[in-house]
Amino acid sequence: MMDLRELYQDIILDHGRHPRNFREIEHPTHFAHGYNPLCGDRVTVYLSLEGERITDIAFQGRGCAISTAAASLMTEVLKDKTIDEARALFAQFHTRVTGGEPAELPEPLAEEAERLEPLTGVKAYPARVKCATLSWHALEAALKGGEAAAAVKTE
Amino acid sequence: MTTASLRSVYPGPGGFDPHQLRREFPIFANNPDLVFLDSGASAQKPASVIDRVADYYRTDYANVHRGVYRLSARSTELFEEAREKMRRFLNAADAREIVFVRGATEGINLVAQSWGAAFLAPGDEVLISELEHHSNIVPWQMLRDRLAIKLVVAPIDATGGLDLAAFEARLSARTRLVAMTHLANATGALIPIETVISLAHRRGAKVLIDGCQAAPRLRVDVQALGCDFYTFSGHKTYGPTGIGVLYGRRELLSAMPPWQGGGEMILSVTFEKTEFQEPPHRFEAGTPDISGAIGLGTAIDFIESLGRDNILEHEEALTGYGVDRLSCIPGLQLLGAGQRRLGILSFDLEGVHPHDLAQVLDQHHVAVRAGHHCAQPLLESLGYPATTRASLGVYNDERDIDRLAEAIEVAREMFR
Repeated sequence: MMDLRELYQDIILDHGRHPRNFREIEHPTHFAHGYNPLCGDRVTVYLSLEGERITDIAFQGRGCAISTAAASLMTEVLKDKTIDEARALFAQFHTRVTGGEPAELPEPLAEEAERLEPLTGVKAYPARVKCATLSWHALEAALKGGEAAAAVKTE
Repeated sequence: MTTASLRSVYPGPGGFDPHQLRREFPIFANNPDLVFLDSGASAQKPASVIDRVADYYRTDYANVHRGVYRLSARSTELFEEAREKMRRFLNAADAREIVFVRGATEGINLVAQSWGAAFLAPGDEVLISELEHHSNIVPWQMLRDRLAIKLVVAPIDATGGLDLAAFEARLSARTRLVAMTHLANATGALIPIETVISLAHRRGAKVLIDGCQAAPRLRVDVQALGCDFYTFSGHKTYGPTGIGVLYGRRELLSAMPPWQGGGEMILSVTFEKTEFQEPPHRFEAGTPDISGAIGLGTAIDFIESLGRDNILEHEEALTGYGVDRLSCIPGLQLLGAGQRRLGILSFDLEGVHPHDLAQVLDQHHVAVRAGHHCAQPLLESLGYPATTRASLGVYNDERDIDRLAEAIEVAREMFR
């Protein structure tokens, strides 16, 4: 069994305790709810888009340290990214946490992806992968849902 | 004699030594550090049960109630012997009151779909409690949507027990059935079902008791209780998965239509008409889980060999120790369990999500359940999306509770 500190690295614990961008955006252009029926974790992701660019991103909800930290790090990484860049980052992140061989991202996106590295410890704990990806699934639902609210479940 | 003496080297409150008893459970030999505190989800199996199932397949296996050959007769005899053991276990008056089902979930669905569909009319009420497992909520919702009956919920009181006055107030002239847990799986609240049954009967309602958590821990006497239906799952009672028991009073079962059709449950079939078997076979369509029933019989033998009163004493003492030990942990809040808590310790640890806590506990080889325990309405009303639950079995001792408490302290430090 791997050391639990690989899963709960300091940066995870810090973002879990003090999530960044943990607020509502009053007039979001997009938002979506994410729900993990297995553990009852809930997250709402809010987005402000100008054209293709994410000018503001925030979240609210309740969840475990992993899901809270994942949402927090996601908002930090995605600010000022384009929709395509956000999707590329999610695709790469998803591959990494599920133990696959990730595609290479162009700089400077690769550097941003590196900031998500502390979350990849979940790949050793299959039950926790959903915690790390819940907010990303909600993000995707928000983008897909256009300007209407959307909801996503991890199942 | 060796087994018996091993069991009482350092006899605990139940007269047996749980630590020594672990030798009868191969899972602990194969997982030497395991602190198993999830028996409420499913109990581990003694070697006697595992061996009995394997031996049955090796030496006595054939389909039941069919062949004229000796092996089939022998298999049928063993299957019906297991039914007789269930009768004794619940002190039912007659073995024909014992229906083998897949588990309590199927037992409840059987009552809903057979008895419910036959005897309930639009506007009739089924009364459950706020403490129910999803398996004693959803079948009634499905029936409600089909038959336009009403599903009424009796609330808990401030201590987490059933609010008996509110329960009584919700019993109406239209209440046809009270379906209630004997021991709440999410909190360990023991329900005074004697009172529930007598109040319900006074209003002419039938009573179904979900005995999943109670059957492995308490002496259950359906005749003394006077309940109309009682159901439990084999796998929580140290038996195999896929088998369980529904007890139903004979006159009720006899009046109930079959709920699944097939072989085994018929007397004669033509394309025009089918005559059905008498209970219990009327409710056992298809080849039953023969090995499961026989294995469950052996699990019941195991329980009886320890003594059900001894098991209750053991569980009560260990529950008390657990309450004392966990209450000393700062920020830990035990969910209320009313007047009497048994075998289950469900709690919240301030600042630590149950899934993170369970992950740390697992690192210390402590197996607990984290989540809503299939009782979402109850947890929502208590204000917790999820809790951590430690549930006890005959193999647990104070050292297990200590290791749980120590691991909780580690988690507290980590997420401080």
